[in-house]
Amino acid sequence: MNTESEVAEAVKAAKGPLIIKGGGTRSVGRPAQGDLLDVSGLSGVTLYEPGALTLVAKAGTPVAEIEAKLAEENQRLAFEPYDLTGLLGTSGATTIGGVIATNASGPRRIQAGAARDFALGVRFVDGAGNVVKNGGRVMKNVTGYDLVKLMSGSWGTLGVLTEVSLKVLPAVEASTTLVIADLAPAQAIAAMSAALGSPYEVSGAAWIDGAVWLRLEGFANSVDYRADALSTLLASHGEIVRSDNCDWTRVRDAVPLHDCAHVWRISVKPGDGPAVIAALPDGSHSMMDWGGGLIWAGRDAADASLHAQIQSTVAGLGGHATLIKAPETLRASVSVFQPESTGVASLSAALRARFDPRGILNAGLMAA
Amino acid sequence: MEMPIPDPDVLARKARVVSRLREVLPADAVIDDPAETRAYECDALTAYRCPPMVAVLPSTTAEVSEVLAICHAEGVPVVPRGSGTSLAGGALPTADCVILGVARMNDVLETDYDNRFVRVQTGRTNLSVTGAVESDGFFYAPDPSSQLACAIAGNIAMNSGGAHCLKYGVTTNNLMGVTLVQMDGTVVEIGGAHLDSGGLDLLGVICGSEGQLGVVTEATLRILHKPEGARPVLMGFDSAEIAGACVADIIKAGVLPVAIEFMDKMLIEVCEDFAKADYPMCEALLIVEVEGSEAEINDQLALITEIAKRHNPVALRESASAEESQRIWAGRKAAFSAIGRVSDYMCLDGTIPVSELPYVLRRIGEMSKEYGLPVGNVFHAGDGNMHPLICYDANKPGDLEICEEFGAEVLKLCVEVGGCLTGEHGVGIEKRDLMTYQYAPSDLEAQMAIKDVFDAKWLLNPAKVFPLSVSETRRKTAIAAE
Repeated sequence: MNTESEVAEAVKAAKGPLIIKGGGTRSVGRPAQGDLLDVSGLSGVTLYEPGALTLVAKAGTPVAEIEAKLAEENQRLAFEPYDLTGLLGTSGATTIGGVIATNASGPRRIQAGAARDFALGVRFVDGAGNVVKNGGRVMKNVTGYDLVKLMSGSWGTLGVLTEVSLKVLPAVEASTTLVIADLAPAQAIAAMSAALGSPYEVSGAAWIDGAVWLRLEGFANSVDYRADALSTLLASHGEIVRSDNCDWTRVRDAVPLHDCAHVWRISVKPGDGPAVIAALPDGSHSMMDWGGGLIWAGRDAADASLHAQIQSTVAGLGGHATLIKAPETLRASVSVFQPESTGVASLSAALRARFDPRGILNAGLMAA
Repeated sequence: MEMPIPDPDVLARKARVVSRLREVLPADAVIDDPAETRAYECDALTAYRCPPMVAVLPSTTAEVSEVLAICHAEGVPVVPRGSGTSLAGGALPTADCVILGVARMNDVLETDYDNRFVRVQTGRTNLSVTGAVESDGFFYAPDPSSQLACAIAGNIAMNSGGAHCLKYGVTTNNLMGVTLVQMDGTVVEIGGAHLDSGGLDLLGVICGSEGQLGVVTEATLRILHKPEGARPVLMGFDSAEIAGACVADIIKAGVLPVAIEFMDKMLIEVCEDFAKADYPMCEALLIVEVEGSEAEINDQLALITEIAKRHNPVALRESASAEESQRIWAGRKAAFSAIGRVSDYMCLDGTIPVSELPYVLRRIGEMSKEYGLPVGNVFHAGDGNMHPLICYDANKPGDLEICEEFGAEVLKLCVEVGGCLTGEHGVGIEKRDLMTYQYAPSDLEAQMAIKDVFDAKWLLNPAKVFPLSVSETRRKTAIAAE
């Protein structure tokens, strides 16, 4: 399938459920049944204006291709989309449609914003085969309802993305990381909160392998200045070592948990990170990103009752836990995404019924 | 402006509706005397006026819920209102509606510096959110020019921007959670102090829905630590084209100022008269602001002024003091009221790709001659969000109509070059009939499907956002279905 109209025809003609496939890197959610709708052929950057900080690409365009094009102009995708191939053991190339459809944002989410914040416009085919556009390619746009946000993070359950337009940002001249080793979760939160509550524009705050990493980016002089100022501010939290070699893709892609058979991605308010970690049974592995607001938790062994227990802990705190990695049998038997309140669940179900009246797009992936 | 014919059946039941509202609200929170409801007859788009049937001023989420449940049961349209500063007629009443004002709900409910958020009632004004946290060094980033008066409720409804959103984003990028009261009175909590949604991003679609999906009574907002310092630099150029080229070069150089604002000669004159900011008199003025420590500001400004010098500026001046910076911004933010002192005007809000700025400004200049109405330009140049101010004489018969036609042509031009009708003010009634220029029927159908889900009877903020030609039939069908 190479064009939007082919996608529309295929959806219109579908006799049963469809599984939308871009790069095929995200074996996440309740396993869906149906015919494969392969949109990886809708590929290519169709417009790039570096002076306007905007780029438009067909949904099946590999992220790597977009990042290479941006690098030529010294720009980047500021929300730092993660790559799940290592964690999930999948192959294939992460596509921009998959990134937007799943609102996949990395460490810089706390400073720059999420994938949904950088999506300026979308084109998609709804469940009845209608082509819909929303938003555009300009940075400020409040013309009508914001379906761009609604499509971001809908995992293909409202429509098949065919094109996205993105806000991009300048790449930076310099980047450095301040490392504080051997901190327990609560100590890590204290250090990260102090850093994120400072004026020094921390663009990454993670707790990984027991150490806090704090990233500073920008012009070289400015990075040096802020590294010194932040080191002084955080002196009471431990010995601070400045490193220019920290590999932030380890945080972004949850590399320390790659060997775990079960992995949860949990969003809570940063201060609740330690409580989530404390509630995990012995033998669990965990790391935190987003200043403690994003917890990646992993285990070799897990069952439906542990999963329910984790989601219940998170529900009590306010937030959401997604079982991002687990064998199909477990994913088929549990609510992979956080169960929603009655009000939210009924609005979401009603929206799905309107956008996909036959219930054929990635049916049941997010909610049974 | 065509508005739906008021429902005679609703008007006939006014006394009953008022008495039911009085059962759930304090006496002074239900206003039905025509002499008093007149205070709600318009918002900042004063060209259109219509007193509501009743106005209510609830103080709690529970009261809002009871009001909406009554109106839902009675089939009475509801127009939510923040501070009434909408430039798009977003809070224009219909004659058969209940105006639901949130002005009495202005408490700060929770302040959490460790987790960097504040939870407020939405009647609170934008600037007073910052006011509640600034003594501890924090601020709320979105800064619409009306920030002294405008309410968070309206900011959420319109997804308001501001001068500094080039760096900090608009409302939707700084909104973490809401308490939403649906038209039938159901209260739903969406989002919270954590980031992003675990399911569909309902928060994203509520923000910017112009009060048509529900009434937001409480909001969780992201707050940030204030930068160590900030300083604007003024750059004057001989033409808008040169200023536009300078903007593109600054962005391409990898500097991201917090704000890049543009003013043309007419606006420089009226703003200078108003604010005494000592703006240089020239064809095109840029205000470029950067933030950071003293050394960081100097570094960035050195780079920016070096770029500016390549474009032969006729003026180039850094602000020399905090007091001067304050005046420079006061002038810019007062642009609309400053021009309001010299003429009636209509303020447009289209956004265009930055690369199209010179062409669009030239076309607007040509149209100004064709229509015989002067235009001033002041806008957020970094993100292409234009604000052409078309001057007209409200007392001269036919002038408003010419102005409206001119405005519509400018907005169509914005869409033609790849932009949109409105960047931060919202569609309201002002731009609703132009929506078909930007969106195909299937695009509008998808948006109206969302309205169907949240407000099946189409009672909330009627006659806004969608062209009457497409929405009125739908609304009548919805009413008939009940």
